[in-house]
Amino acid sequence: MHVFYAILIFAGLALLIGVVLALASRYFHVEGDPLSDNIDALLPQTQCGQCGYPGCRPYANAVASQEAEVNQCVPGGERTMLEIADIMGVEPKDIEEEESVPVVAYIREDECIGCTLCIKACPVDCIIGAPKQYHTIIADQCTGCTLCLEPCPVDCIEMVEVPELLEHWSWPVPGTLRAQVAEKRRAVHHEANHEEENV
Amino acid sequence: MFKLFDMLKGLGEQLHLKPQHSFTGGVHPQEMKKTAGLPSMTCPLPKQIILPMKQHIGDACEPMVKVGDYVLRGQQIAKSQGYLSVPVHASTSGTVTKIEDHVIAHPSGLGLPCIFIEPDGKDEADESLYPLPNYRSIDPVELRERVRSAGLAGLGGAAFPTFIKLVLDQQYKIETVVLNGIECEPWLTNDHQLMLEKAHEIVTGMDILMHMVDSNQGIIAIEDNKMDTVDVMQRTLVDMGLDASIRIEVLPTKYPQGGEKQLIQVLTGKEVPAGRLPIHIGILSQNVGTTKAIYDAVCLGEALTERMITVSGDALPQPTNMRVRLGTPVAWLLEQCGLSDADGIKVLHGGPMMGDILTDMRIPVVKASNGILAMRVVTLMLAHHQEDPCIRCGDCGDVCPAGLMPNLLAMHCKEEQFEKAEDYNLFDCIECGACSYVCPSHIPLVHYFRFGKGQVAQIRREKSFAEESRQRSEIRDARIAQELA
Amino acid sequence: MIFLSSPHQHSGNSIQLTMFSVIIALIPAAMVSVYLYGWLAVFLLTTCIGMSLLTEYVVLRMMKRDTARLWDGSAALTGLFLALVLPAAVPWWIAVFAAVFAILLGKQLYGGLGYNLFNPALAARVVLLISFPLYMTSWLIPMHMGAMLDMYDFSSSLSFFFLGPDAVKQTWDAITMATPLGYVKTELTQGVTVGEALANYQYSTLNAFIGREAGSLGEGSALALLMGGIWLMARHTISWHIPVSYLLTVAVFAGIFNLINPDVYAPPLFHLLAGGLILCAFFMATDPVSSPSSGIGKIVFGVGCGVLTWVIRTYGNYPEGAMFAVILMNCITPLIDYYIRPRVYGYKRGKQA
Repeated sequence: MHVFYAILIFAGLALLIGVVLALASRYFHVEGDPLSDNIDALLPQTQCGQCGYPGCRPYANAVASQEAEVNQCVPGGERTMLEIADIMGVEPKDIEEEESVPVVAYIREDECIGCTLCIKACPVDCIIGAPKQYHTIIADQCTGCTLCLEPCPVDCIEMVEVPELLEHWSWPVPGTLRAQVAEKRRAVHHEANHEEENV
Repeated sequence: MFKLFDMLKGLGEQLHLKPQHSFTGGVHPQEMKKTAGLPSMTCPLPKQIILPMKQHIGDACEPMVKVGDYVLRGQQIAKSQGYLSVPVHASTSGTVTKIEDHVIAHPSGLGLPCIFIEPDGKDEADESLYPLPNYRSIDPVELRERVRSAGLAGLGGAAFPTFIKLVLDQQYKIETVVLNGIECEPWLTNDHQLMLEKAHEIVTGMDILMHMVDSNQGIIAIEDNKMDTVDVMQRTLVDMGLDASIRIEVLPTKYPQGGEKQLIQVLTGKEVPAGRLPIHIGILSQNVGTTKAIYDAVCLGEALTERMITVSGDALPQPTNMRVRLGTPVAWLLEQCGLSDADGIKVLHGGPMMGDILTDMRIPVVKASNGILAMRVVTLMLAHHQEDPCIRCGDCGDVCPAGLMPNLLAMHCKEEQFEKAEDYNLFDCIECGACSYVCPSHIPLVHYFRFGKGQVAQIRREKSFAEESRQRSEIRDARIAQELA
Repeated sequence: MIFLSSPHQHSGNSIQLTMFSVIIALIPAAMVSVYLYGWLAVFLLTTCIGMSLLTEYVVLRMMKRDTARLWDGSAALTGLFLALVLPAAVPWWIAVFAAVFAILLGKQLYGGLGYNLFNPALAARVVLLISFPLYMTSWLIPMHMGAMLDMYDFSSSLSFFFLGPDAVKQTWDAITMATPLGYVKTELTQGVTVGEALANYQYSTLNAFIGREAGSLGEGSALALLMGGIWLMARHTISWHIPVSYLLTVAVFAGIFNLINPDVYAPPLFHLLAGGLILCAFFMATDPVSSPSSGIGKIVFGVGCGVLTWVIRTYGNYPEGAMFAVILMNCITPLIDYYIRPRVYGYKRGKQA
């Protein structure tokens, strides 16, 4: 008899919870895939393809469906990896992070033949120009993805360092790798300054 | 329970148990005011004047002169770009030799465009700004424009454009004008000396301010380590018949009392609400140097071309206060005070509590330069001892004038947990340095806060850039899809 | 040149200075312990301090840390604390075990100085009390009470320290007595009133104040501890918040209940002077690492310690509750620090602008 009651109670509970879940999924339904949206929002949107996917959105989708690892975004670096690992609820993975200096593409205009191939390659539409006209890059909008280097038939595009702006300078944390890199950059800057002085 | 505390506090204030307000925390660093009471000198003109295009908080200026142009002292040579900006003036007469990047007084050691002037020694003045001695009969709007066009920025060290504080909006009625003569930084005495020597000009400047904002209550705040200035100022007030509307408050010495927010709290018991400005609670505060410059700009028609600077430090043979033309290289300044060999010496720009180490001796003095301190490296290294683990003693919190918990805040910054750091009010830190000063573990707390603030700003920039890039990328994808279809 | 941020001036305060001022503040209490227990106290003090330093050194070497940290004074202070909270009757191996435990498990395994959740000395003391209740609740009759004078000379003390009571041809009962707290607690269970119990014990407030009572090495003399504690407060090494709120809370609780029923609840002055309360209030609860950082947090911490101390003393199994109270409050220090923050300039309480 007791066994019967037990089965009855559990069956009742299962039914109740099932109904609640069904109702919840109906009333709290969210359009789209919030997980991949959230991951996409964390990515640096360089659209560089270094992760092996054709852009940031496809990579976000792949991570959300657990096809890709969380550590494939090179420009995002460790910070992005940690954030993605956090919302995916997985262990953080190692990432090869070289302390990279931000770069943008630059077209040597006198060598440009106006083929428009780079314009087609740019994932963020920041190269302007027309057939048989010089092309130029809007430096403020360039994500530094390097996708335009490959298609250029005359190799007239190069990556140049973004000059460090005084307004955007930030204190490096005491005694770390980042501090050393910042220190090195300052030394280089100083040397350049002194050379100017001597010339 | 907190209500009970506040009630008790209120009761105490009503019973006048505490005649004076105070700010929470604070420290008493060794004062080291070697130059106190020494008459000021005039610094001779250097061989080259270097004027950075940005000497204030805000947007940089754009040069209005070309290489080879002859300029006069006080002539405007760069015009402001944007609202939060004031123009730059030539600080002596001479020829513009070049316009290019030059390292400036900034912790990064990076450069900014500067105008280089070779002085001709004649020091001819530009007279396009005419004197307005009868300021009481002049419209405040015109006076405010004069303060802007004379290039005035806060001379206390922050270099915030002065005219912006002089809001002539009826919405915010300024009741009290505060003259900040606190000078709480160790070593510095430039404000002290200015009050001794230019009391009349300072009080007149204050009168101009009170006329502009239509206020009839002025407070001159002076710390009790400068009692000689109290006498001088009081006599000046009586002489000028202003002692009814302006009163002097002598405050017990404590760092950072000269911080605007702290001073307002001490004088009025009111706090500037977070994210707001003193004008929102009816207070205008100005540094004594700025007030003297207001006098110069209005009554004499002179643009801001020179300022008082304390040149001192334990490595300097002849410390003194000097009136220095803006753009004078620091090396020249130190040479005048007998410093020939710069080995084993670091130069501080500003006071030791909030100033920065200069990266180069060719850096010119600017509107914000209140002190140039040549310090022995050994002395500095005592303050920058190797970091020990935090023992959570809480001394940092006890001395924090902003009421923060610096130890936890620094830990979150160090661990790059910036959201938590913001939750612990990272951006309410005024970087006064009291916490680092008392830390038994020598943790560079302020350094961590600056790191945290910079990183948060950078993350915000990156996020907004990423958002723009994403939008462009989406538009492009949509266009390609359309073309294919 | 590396990037160095302001301020470029420092107060000169250091961990070493902090630790050594606390050590100096404890010297009167250590001297009283020598007065009470003679050479035994000396052996205990040297063993605890020496073993703490040795353990610290070994651990620093093993973890490949800078062994100069040995001299920051924190290990020596832990050893001193430990000796002062141990009863004089403990043999050498308990002292050694306690010191190793305090440094190794109480401090270094948490990550070393600054990261320990509990006060290391108190943690070790509590573990000992649970593991070796006989030794930890046997209180030797102090020297001045005359009974066992011959036990405290150098050679007897030495053999007692290493071999126990048998070595000096004594039984435990002959050389130990109850502490006032323990005595009152036992008598209360027999239906005796507090007043009668104190009279039977020949309790005198003056004796309790200057420390002529049985107890742990350093906890007896309120006078010596207050001297050190007040000196530390004057130097701003410790703040007033914890000691004042702690002692006040105990006094208020004891006072209220004493008024309700003086036969069952001991008077406030007795509570204040008895046991390890003053030592805990001035030196243990104020350990910066394991107490809250903010002023209000410290007051909450002190009040919590006070309530727990009184509750454990009155209703608990153990006669003394101060150390348990501090250990328990140590557990919630991170919570206090998280929820109780000082009011930030320009904000109203509760964080809106």
